[in-house]
Amino acid sequence: MVKVFEKAGYPVVHMCNLVPVSVTVGANRIVPTISIPYPLGDPNTPVEEQWKLRYRRVGDALKALATPITEQTVFKVK
Amino acid sequence: MKRVICYINQFFGGIGGEEKADQEPYIVEGCVGSSTAINAALKDAQVTHTIICGDNFMGSHTEEATKRIIEMLKDKEADFFVAGPAFQAGRYGVACGNICKAVSQQMHIPVVTSMNVENPGVEMFKKDVIIFKGGNGAVKMREDVQLMMNYVNKILAGGKSEGAEEEGYFVRGCRHEYFLEDKRENTAAYRGVQMLINKIYGKPFTTELPIPKKELVPIAEPVADLSKANIALVTTGGIVPVDNPDRIQSASATRWGKYDISGMERLEGGVFKTIHAGFDPAAANADPNVIVPVDAMRAYEKEGVIGKLHNYFYSTVGTGTTEAEAHRMAEEMLPFFKEDNVTAIIMGST
Repeated sequence: MVKVFEKAGYPVVHMCNLVPVSVTVGANRIVPTISIPYPLGDPNTPVEEQWKLRYRRVGDALKALATPITEQTVFKVK
Repeated sequence: MKRVICYINQFFGGIGGEEKADQEPYIVEGCVGSSTAINAALKDAQVTHTIICGDNFMGSHTEEATKRIIEMLKDKEADFFVAGPAFQAGRYGVACGNICKAVSQQMHIPVVTSMNVENPGVEMFKKDVIIFKGGNGAVKMREDVQLMMNYVNKILAGGKSEGAEEEGYFVRGCRHEYFLEDKRENTAAYRGVQMLINKIYGKPFTTELPIPKKELVPIAEPVADLSKANIALVTTGGIVPVDNPDRIQSASATRWGKYDISGMERLEGGVFKTIHAGFDPAAANADPNVIVPVDAMRAYEKEGVIGKLHNYFYSTVGTGTTEAEAHRMAEEMLPFFKEDNVTAIIMGST
């Protein structure tokens, strides 16, 4: 799906936990998430922690969308 | 006696070469040219009609040609439609692909054709049409026809496809349900462990889930100014309104939905949930934002980091979903992005 969107000209960032799968499939901008069932907020942590993590990762994704790249890139996350 | 109708080009129909490539389609009773070979290889079936069409006519007037051929077929009974073999002849291969696809979709008759791997028709039609792996020239006529007819004979006799590899056609990306004898060696666990053991010992093994070859797409230009960007959220994590109005399947999805989030600060649990069958839904049901981060996007919207969050999020389920279905669903979403001038997309997968 990512490739269909990108081919149509939309910059896409793929936020996923299984980064190797995303690389294999061919996403160009990838921002890792923390797990499969809860990509953006671990329910075993306090709600504020979850919010901070989500806010930061989405921020990373937005930066990725605005970053020029020349090859498939897995962006570093804090 | 089952009935088969054939499609061949001007050359194999025996009317001429390039000078006859503009020939308009016509139908004759019985066999002509290469459909004689097909008839000879059929078991309890016969070729009742042969359609002949010039490659250039089919190439330049595809819509008109297929329309006329479909008309010709309407008052005829056919149990199978066979085009080619087209070998490495590009225009002929594309013509066979076009007519097979049209006949299959509009007449619901099973179709089959044959081409060489180098024929551009293979890439164009292998997902829609069963294309047997053929030779590179007419010298392979007998073999190519036999391979196709083995399959046609079997299906006409009520048999089932053993799959692309076994039968000798190009992989379409379709999965078939298949029942193995109920014994320990046939369980998925046993098969998987055997593969792993073979892998560890460096022995050959065959995967049951071939991953299609990676095809990269050109990298899209980055967003020039995030503060003016209209960003859409898409997920394969199965987040939907609790009543799942589009009845998206929990696995092997063929459906997707678009859900209005205008005016919502976040996705509330109890209003949205996940229907994804591939992971423990507890966390996502309690707080759907862990999969579709509407709350974080709203924060960036308020701060002016982004122009706006697109008014809808788009959702399907990624587990067991074939590449072909995913491709189609993504294609179906595109017009909605265009309509609202979406600038960029955040795709979340679980």
